Amino acid sequence: MFTSWSLIRFGTILIYLFMFAPVAVVVLLSFNANQFGSFPMEGLSLRWFVALLENKAIVRAFQTSLLLGALTAVISTTLGVLGSLAMVRYDFPGKSLIATALIAPILVPEVVLAVALLLFLGAMGMPKSFPLLLAGHVIFTLPFVVLVVQARLVAVKREYEEAAMSLGAGPIETFFQITLPLILPAVLAGGLFAFTISFDDITGTLFWKPGGVETVPTQIFAMLRNSISPEINALGTVMIVITVALPLLSAGVARQLTRKQK
Amino acid sequence: MTDHAVELKSVVKRYGDFTAVHDTNLGIPEGSFLTLLGPSGCGKTTTLRMIAGLTGITEGDILIKGRRVNDLPIHKRNLGIVFQNYALFPHRTVQQNVAFGLKYRNTPKDEAERRVREALELVQLPQMADRMPSQLSGGQQQRIALARAIVIQPDVLLLDEPLSALDANLREDMRIELKRIQHTLGITTVFVTHDQSEALAMSDRIVVMSAGHVEQVGSPEEVYNRPASEFVAGFLGNSNILSGKVMDIAGPVAKLELDGLGPVLAATDGVGRTLSTGETVKVSIRAEKLMLDGADPAGDDISTFPGTVTTVDYQGQVARYFLESGGLTLQAINTIDERPLQEGTETAIRIRARDCVVLPH
Ligand SMILES: Nc1ncnc2c1ncn2[C@@H]1O[C@H](COP(=O)(O)OP(=O)(O)OP(=O)(O)O)[C@@H](O)[C@H]1O
Ligand SMILES: [Mg+2]
Repeated sequence: MFTSWSLIRFGTILIYLFMFAPVAVVVLLSFNANQFGSFPMEGLSLRWFVALLENKAIVRAFQTSLLLGALTAVISTTLGVLGSLAMVRYDFPGKSLIATALIAPILVPEVVLAVALLLFLGAMGMPKSFPLLLAGHVIFTLPFVVLVVQARLVAVKREYEEAAMSLGAGPIETFFQITLPLILPAVLAGGLFAFTISFDDITGTLFWKPGGVETVPTQIFAMLRNSISPEINALGTVMIVITVALPLLSAGVARQLTRKQK
Repeated sequence: MTDHAVELKSVVKRYGDFTAVHDTNLGIPEGSFLTLLGPSGCGKTTTLRMIAGLTGITEGDILIKGRRVNDLPIHKRNLGIVFQNYALFPHRTVQQNVAFGLKYRNTPKDEAERRVREALELVQLPQMADRMPSQLSGGQQQRIALARAIVIQPDVLLLDEPLSALDANLREDMRIELKRIQHTLGITTVFVTHDQSEALAMSDRIVVMSAGHVEQVGSPEEVYNRPASEFVAGFLGNSNILSGKVMDIAGPVAKLELDGLGPVLAATDGVGRTLSTGETVKVSIRAEKLMLDGADPAGDDISTFPGTVTTVDYQGQVARYFLESGGLTLQAINTIDERPLQEGTETAIRIRARDCVVLPH
């Protein structure tokens, strides 16, 4: 018994090491003063972060990624909230079909989705463009928003809305006064999900992006093809900070919001 | 018919093939307290929600203050609704909850504040204005929900089992409280419950429903003492339902031959038509109207049968007896004089003619 448990513990530690050691190495090396990423490090420096800021391509990629992520988050959240409302609050023919269609993009491998959208655009005779890239990101972030918001909406009793309407609030006022505040934590979480997924995505983006447009992941990918520059370590560190800190921050905000409601 | 605050005309509600409410006609007098009473699933909530506009109606018309409201959405109906789970907005304070409806009535700020204060005083919780709903007990939430519904001076107040989530003691207090508030404001009220004692205690009129049908509409006394159907007799209190044959009719009293028991005098004023001799009828006798030894009433309208006590259910002030008589099992509830009758006692069972009610069908 004892030995088998220690074996499992040992294995688990190894797996975590295997997963996180490279990340730690990247973060460490991004502060390395030396040009060549090797241990032992020869002094700390922020020079690679400065280099990042001076690299126009990277700055532009960052701007693209932020814009794309923000727009994806806003559009996905809006559509996701509307879709969830329709799914949870209304009955209409073909509802289960639409419910499946809304979730489908997570079930289909991303490559398949990417190729399918590309073929579809080709058949329609549409060139690749930023709005289409955005549309692609919206399609595969939407399911996450829908799942999160729907789960919350189911828990918000219909009576709150009915009470508001009986007191004279129309359907739209009821939504903004009652429903939205009550599902707000889920809406924020969904939006954040959408942002992080979009910010992080490479597969779909590689297929859909028009020539000349790079997001941070595709930029790193392109840079890797030439050489492994220490700038990439710094860029990786920034990515890690954004994709880890943002969800933590919003989880905190959401917790505050829910506490206020209780 | 403008003295009716609410009127239902041939209202039908169907869900697919299932008819939840059958052809219902109902008038609710201005300022009265009307209760929809019936067992679970009989269509009480559905009826209430149709009046509210929360559920569409399949056929018929609903009028509020003489105006047809079939196509009027709920937020334009000026109704106050209290839900079973209160549905106080969890993200708003008590003050904001109560003031919510006033926003949509363009009430000036100081008047709104005054009315909220008055409403909170009426439900006796003026000091709770700044609390969040989650900081209130069930009974307090109940009162705030009521305050929120009445502060808008609704044309009709709709209450769907508002007391059922409270514990027994509180429920009885709130029952009196609710009736007091309704009386003070003179507001037309529709109350839904499956609890007969609530219905009897609070209502001006009771609508007894069963399986989507209205069985009887009447004052609590009428519904209790002159049940219009076997269902009503059985649903309110403990009744003995017996069948028999009409032998002779003399004005409001008929002589019947009850199966198993023999001849008895019975009241026919609840039937609403003239009976004919030889007709088979059903009668309802309330358990507390069967008098056993110890209670010896006088009068010439009393019928007497012999019976044997088979089971005694001692309840302190009263005892419930099960009796065997003529092959039938009867139930009697009598106050206990000194001590209850013992099992196996042979006793006389006496019934007044007016307590032996012939049912219409
Ligand atoms: N949306 C719906 N779809 C189908 N059937 C429904 C729907 N709502 C209610 N019903 C049916 O209509 C009937 C009446 O329901 P209703 O809720 O009015 O009962 P109720 O008298 O309020 O019962 P309870 O005391 O349990 O609340 C029930 O048989 C119920 O199953
Ligand atoms: Mg109900």
